[in-house]
Amino acid sequence: MTPKVVLVTGASRFLGGHLAARFAANPDIERVLGVDTEPPPRDLLRRMGRAEFVRADIRNPLIAKVISTANVDTVVHASVTANPAGPTGRTVMKEMNVIGTMQLLAACQKSPKVRKLVVKSTSAVYGSSSRDPAVFTEDMGPKDLPSSGYAKDAVEVEGYVRGFGRRRPDVNVTTLRFTNFIGPRIDTVLTRYFALPVVPTVLGYDARVQLLHSEDALAVLERATLHDLPGVFNVGGDGVLLLSQAIRRAGRLNLPVPSMAVPTVGGFFRSARLVDFSPDQMRFLNWGRVIDTTLLKKDFGFTPRWTTQQAFDDYVSGRGLKPLIDPETIEAAERGILDAAARFR
Amino acid sequence: MAGARVIPLHDPERDAARRSRHVEVVPEPAQQQSETPDWERRLADLLSFARRRIVGDYQIDEFGFDRDLTENVLMPPLKPLYEKWFRVETIGLSNIPMAGGALIVANHSGTLPLDALMTSYGIAAEHPAQRHMRMLGADLVFRTPLLGALARKSGQTLACNPDAERLLSSGELVGVWPEGFKGIGKPFKDRYKLQRFGRGGFVSAALKTGMPIIPCSIVGAEEIYPMIGDIKALARLFGFPYFPVTPFFPLFGPLGAIPLPSKWYIEFGEPIRTDVFGENAADDPMLVFNLTDQVRETIQQTLYRLLTQRRNVFLG
Repeated sequence: MTPKVVLVTGASRFLGGHLAARFAANPDIERVLGVDTEPPPRDLLRRMGRAEFVRADIRNPLIAKVISTANVDTVVHASVTANPAGPTGRTVMKEMNVIGTMQLLAACQKSPKVRKLVVKSTSAVYGSSSRDPAVFTEDMGPKDLPSSGYAKDAVEVEGYVRGFGRRRPDVNVTTLRFTNFIGPRIDTVLTRYFALPVVPTVLGYDARVQLLHSEDALAVLERATLHDLPGVFNVGGDGVLLLSQAIRRAGRLNLPVPSMAVPTVGGFFRSARLVDFSPDQMRFLNWGRVIDTTLLKKDFGFTPRWTTQQAFDDYVSGRGLKPLIDPETIEAAERGILDAAARFR
Repeated sequence: MAGARVIPLHDPERDAARRSRHVEVVPEPAQQQSETPDWERRLADLLSFARRRIVGDYQIDEFGFDRDLTENVLMPPLKPLYEKWFRVETIGLSNIPMAGGALIVANHSGTLPLDALMTSYGIAAEHPAQRHMRMLGADLVFRTPLLGALARKSGQTLACNPDAERLLSSGELVGVWPEGFKGIGKPFKDRYKLQRFGRGGFVSAALKTGMPIIPCSIVGAEEIYPMIGDIKALARLFGFPYFPVTPFFPLFGPLGAIPLPSKWYIEFGEPIRTDVFGENAADDPMLVFNLTDQVRETIQQTLYRLLTQRRNVFLG
């Protein structure tokens, strides 16, 4: 049951790195390998303890050698990401996501020792449109196949993972479709977005947003690695926030932009290196997306500790986001008006 | 005309009740003077609502239903329309269960979906449990900016089987207008003639969840905007399913958007049980067709009955 040698991809990023740290702290696991193209930041490396870092590109066939020589029996593919490294990072990100997955799966298929594969996927595979049902279950597909961006990457990645599962039926494959992450420590497009003092939204749309606390995400990935739980699972916190509501809870100011001006405004934010939204993420901001997590709770046996609202509040307080208007000021004003009214009586 | 129902303009009983209510109101301010006057309580409610909205302290469900907003902002403006303009009378509200799921199926008419708004307001205001009806809307609604967001906040969702089943099985009251645009956009000469009831998707949703179907017949909505023409070219240009021409629109511009003050009746019929057909009933197309027909026939017959009882479009 418990894996002996675990390989984690994307080890320099938040999820991969912290996951490797958790495995390193687990005495039942003999060896932990973290793979990424660049070394992890110093504090993350310290956390990772006895985990070994292998600087390798999963797009390179070299990864097969790493897997076979280290006798890896469990592969956690956590490097599929929506966050490009820079303004030109999108093409590289796509390469990493799709070609990297292909190469990694090819290496896994070659190695007879691999027993388990855990893939971090995303609920973006369901797409986002006005014609979709309000809540997605695992058996649903997107109405319009995402034509570009991260969502398309994720659809392709899942396709390759399914193909791998057919060719290696002896390997337990767990695919986890996560909602957007939020938390005080993780850095994503969304956490940067809500940290803007004035948050642009698309006029006339209010997305339903479901979030998952990054600690819950780590716990789910850890559970999937330590136990045999094959299948596809939606992973998200309970409850939903409206985009406008989330902006208010963060104490930010909402700036509705007419949809015609969205490309211009998006371009400005990208070139100012504030937030880089891809077209499919823009669609997400229009319609939002909510997933059903019944399978996660019943079959997978995990209930997220944070609801969407709690996770968001934790992010707001953990980041020390200062609201433009202090909630206490509002409450004081409310009391003041009522007192004045009482005197008028 | 012996069978026609007489509805006196001045109901002596109701007048008496109104007078006695007036009498009761008089001592109230005196009694409450020492505590908090009514306006102050209302101010407190308003301020607390404003604070909740500013700091985002409210809950929405997975469909985007914002109860706080619906009860405090979206519903109140419908009250004068419901009580004074259309003078809606509801019949058979007791057929709607106090709790648990049920599917309300109604006829659709009136060029603009005011019938849906009035039905949901009627249930929220007059049903003893003050339930919120969750309506299933066309995807055009949700595609439209502003309107789509507002529809979700008021508890509507896309008319599709997964959503209908999810709402029903979580014990919600669901409203559906299966005629869709064929019903609401039909010419005035076809008034009160039910159109095709879609593909019976609503019946299979009810069968799958075992929830009762409540047929609902709405009389009066057909006359609010009598549609005497349809400009196809303009409809195509704007992407609408139809572009209505009424005696007052587009002739009088925005004034033509004022609905005619017809007198409305909304009758909820006996619930049709769907939990008696056993498992996999939803996969039996013949049963689905028959049930669809039964619901449609019930609504049509009720419409005819209500129409024969009505003497005047505007006075009832």
